[in-house]
Amino acid sequence: MLLLDHLWILLALPLAGAATNGLLGKRWPRSTVNSVGVGSVSLAFLAAAELVREFSLLKADQIPYVKSYFTWIAAGPFTVDFSLQVDQLTVVMLLTVAFVGMLIHIYSTGYMAHEGGYYRFFSYLNLFMFFMLTLVMAANLIVMFVGWEGVGLSSYLLIGFWFLKKSAADAGKKAFIVTRLGDFGFTVGILATFWVFGSVQYGEIFGKAASMPIEANSQIGPLTAICLLLFLGAIGKSAQLPLYVWLPDAMEGPTPVSALIHAATMVTAGVYVVARMNPLFSRAPMAMLVVAIVGGLTAFYSATIGLVQTDIKKVLAYSTVSQLGYMFLGCGVGAYAAGIFHLMTHAFFKGLLFLAAGSVIHAMGGEQDMHRMGGLRKKIPVTYWTMLIATLAIAGVPGLSGFFSKDEILEAAASGPHAHPTLWILGLAGAGLTSFYMFRLLFLTFFGPSRYDEHAVHVHESPKNMTVPLMILALFALGGGWFAAPHLVGGTDHFEAFLHPVFQAYAPVGAQVAEQASLAGSAGPSSGLGSEAGELFKALAGWPVIVALIGFVAAWWFYIRRPESAERVRARFGALYQVLLNKYYVDEIYAALFVRPLLWISTNLLWHGVDEVAIDGVVDGVPRVARELGSQLRELQSGNTRSYATWVVLGAVGFTVLLLGLLGMAVH
Amino acid sequence: MSVVPISYYLVLSAILFGLGAVAVVFKRNIITIFMAIELMLNAVNLAFVAFARAHGQIDGLVFVFFVIVVAAAEAAVGLAIVITITHNRQTLNVERVNLLKL
Amino acid sequence: MSLPFALFFLCALLAVVGAVLLIVAREPIHSALALVLVMMSLAVLYLLLGAEFIAAVQIIVYAGAIMVLFVFVIMLLNAGVEERTDWSRIASFGGTTLGVVLLAVVAFRLARSDVGSGIANGGGSSSQAASTRDLSMALFQQYLFPFEATSILILIAILGALVLARKDE
Repeated sequence: MLLLDHLWILLALPLAGAATNGLLGKRWPRSTVNSVGVGSVSLAFLAAAELVREFSLLKADQIPYVKSYFTWIAAGPFTVDFSLQVDQLTVVMLLTVAFVGMLIHIYSTGYMAHEGGYYRFFSYLNLFMFFMLTLVMAANLIVMFVGWEGVGLSSYLLIGFWFLKKSAADAGKKAFIVTRLGDFGFTVGILATFWVFGSVQYGEIFGKAASMPIEANSQIGPLTAICLLLFLGAIGKSAQLPLYVWLPDAMEGPTPVSALIHAATMVTAGVYVVARMNPLFSRAPMAMLVVAIVGGLTAFYSATIGLVQTDIKKVLAYSTVSQLGYMFLGCGVGAYAAGIFHLMTHAFFKGLLFLAAGSVIHAMGGEQDMHRMGGLRKKIPVTYWTMLIATLAIAGVPGLSGFFSKDEILEAAASGPHAHPTLWILGLAGAGLTSFYMFRLLFLTFFGPSRYDEHAVHVHESPKNMTVPLMILALFALGGGWFAAPHLVGGTDHFEAFLHPVFQAYAPVGAQVAEQASLAGSAGPSSGLGSEAGELFKALAGWPVIVALIGFVAAWWFYIRRPESAERVRARFGALYQVLLNKYYVDEIYAALFVRPLLWISTNLLWHGVDEVAIDGVVDGVPRVARELGSQLRELQSGNTRSYATWVVLGAVGFTVLLLGLLGMAVH
Repeated sequence: MSVVPISYYLVLSAILFGLGAVAVVFKRNIITIFMAIELMLNAVNLAFVAFARAHGQIDGLVFVFFVIVVAAAEAAVGLAIVITITHNRQTLNVERVNLLKL
Repeated sequence: MSLPFALFFLCALLAVVGAVLLIVAREPIHSALALVLVMMSLAVLYLLLGAEFIAAVQIIVYAGAIMVLFVFVIMLLNAGVEERTDWSRIASFGGTTLGVVLLAVVAFRLARSDVGSGIANGGGSSSQAASTRDLSMALFQQYLFPFEATSILILIAILGALVLARKDE
């Protein structure tokens, strides 16, 4: 069991890549930087594959497979080991992160070929991989937090990669600061966990939680508090309402960064946390409700903003926020496996969307405004076809990966044990909007007349190192959902079956988890049509498909058939359009409510008040006092002999009195 | 044993010392101040002798001996200084001798 | 009242008067003479206390040499009338009296306490006055080092006085 016993190798590989490129890469030719940067991640992926093979040989009672490497913190009762673990959830996350990460690294060699700071880019990207892998392989909250913070750091570094551009540097800061708010909640959550359970190790926490009852909806018990706090961190890291504002700005970073960090991996860390802590969440119904509501609202809200954006990357950014909302919705209604499933399929199709968008931008020589594109279908066919596949996937067209995952989530929202009709409607509406804006993106970019100067821009297909990852991802976006397919014809959902132990091991007794029904293989007691075919038909003709179709038709109408009608609608709903285009003015509201007052307080209270008056006052005051005292005392030495004599006499008298006092006390 | 209680001598010594201290503070002439210091030394001598008699120890007298000797040396040097100052400053007013300052 | 007591009070009175005169006198030469008076009465008091050698040394060295030196210098420098002090007379008078009374009270309390009464009533190994012989034995045996040191001190003092009083050439 080579790798299972040496899990750290998976972390060491990207870290070594980061260090090598960072320290030595400046003088190396690009090919060497590539070898190191892409090589380390590729090796990590191969190692992950081998790890999965070894994992498959384990027996059920050996899972989760935990290895502690050294005692990191030993502070009385608070001991934390650097320990890593592998279980089914880890395997899913590991493969997703490593695979997509590898593809994006390869892609970057093409996309960043003409950029400066090449070695720095790969160093940061490897560093990110290191932290992300730490995050998913951690066996306790503290090691995970190391990864959590580390990916935040890498995100900051990569968003602000072109740091000489003010908007990029600002975006990096914004990302870090906004997620910091969430991280505060997360930290308090970790502390609360330690307080309640006396440990931060997953195994120990879950073991103790198993004997705790489900908390009532009305009060906030310890489990609810912990879950809400951890979820606050997830809100920040996974860009949900109200802390989503950093993600659209993060598009300032290079497109591979947007693909890897802000679509496929880092932003999904919040979903991973919620799924990982499912034993706690299952016992805190109010927390689950909060998660579901936040997820559902965000899914819908963000989709509305995406409807009218003109920058291709911004559309995808809001789409990511929206899709993350779906993942949280899934977890919030108890369908953890569905949420993770959507996480995986989203990594494929959203990663693909971003990379393809990057290919478009590269082809257009840097243009990102869709209104200045058009008719690119025949000119960059590979990009077009892969992007088409991804769009179909995200819209939820039956057969592709996105269909299965989204469908499961919506089904759980509609009729699972924690179902909420309102949330189902929100999710459904969001799905319709998603379909609309994604097809809008496709049509504006690839169809219609060329709305750019064809002589100025020389449109060309991207090189192989960019198109091959696109094609590979397209394959997975196409077929990545087939594990779950048998469920629709009465078989088992293999994905859920695989993850079953993770979500069932500590499930509360008597509580139904959404998985049960699909695991049993049959439709369960809910449907009227009892046959397998009926189940399949229900899925195919279900509401998600209908709204996806509506979205497609609407987009086709507005952007292919009658493009002028888009203008007319815009004119009629001018105010609404402006609100959506300006993202509900949330950034401006935040600036007025929080940023400016904080700046004012920092400047006037803390800087002028505390720093200048208090601290400088003390620091300057002490020598000033000394100086004043000195100059006062100096006047004793007046040169006047008589005053000297007087002082001597007075001193002698004082001394005598003192002595007599002491003597008197000694005698009596 | 002395017929007169030793405490009487001590009181006298204290009075003389006090008068000497007053004179040091209030007089202006350097030489007068000097003499007042000598007065204080004498008062102390009286106390030493009294104690020597009271305890029957010779050490008090030895001390007095040394005080007188050192007082003599001090007087010599001190008056020499006074003469020097007077030659420089043409005055015996101690307030004019104010160069010993920062 | 017996002779010792009477003698004590007479000499004490003379001493105090002399001290007061020292303060009050306007001419330095008068202060010097007052100081001589004080020293003489003190010498008598030393005799009363049985310290004959010390009394003799007091007269010979203190009154006879040191005070003569003082008088020399006063006359040499033609020290004239002391300038009027600018303190208020009442303040200086009051202050003086107060200071003296304070110190007297302090001494009195000392005398009254165990320390003082212990001293007044006994405690000495010998009840007779110390003799000159004992004094010289102590000087040349126990206190030999300080004795020699003071002789060096005198030497230094002479040198110092010589250097200081010399006119710069």
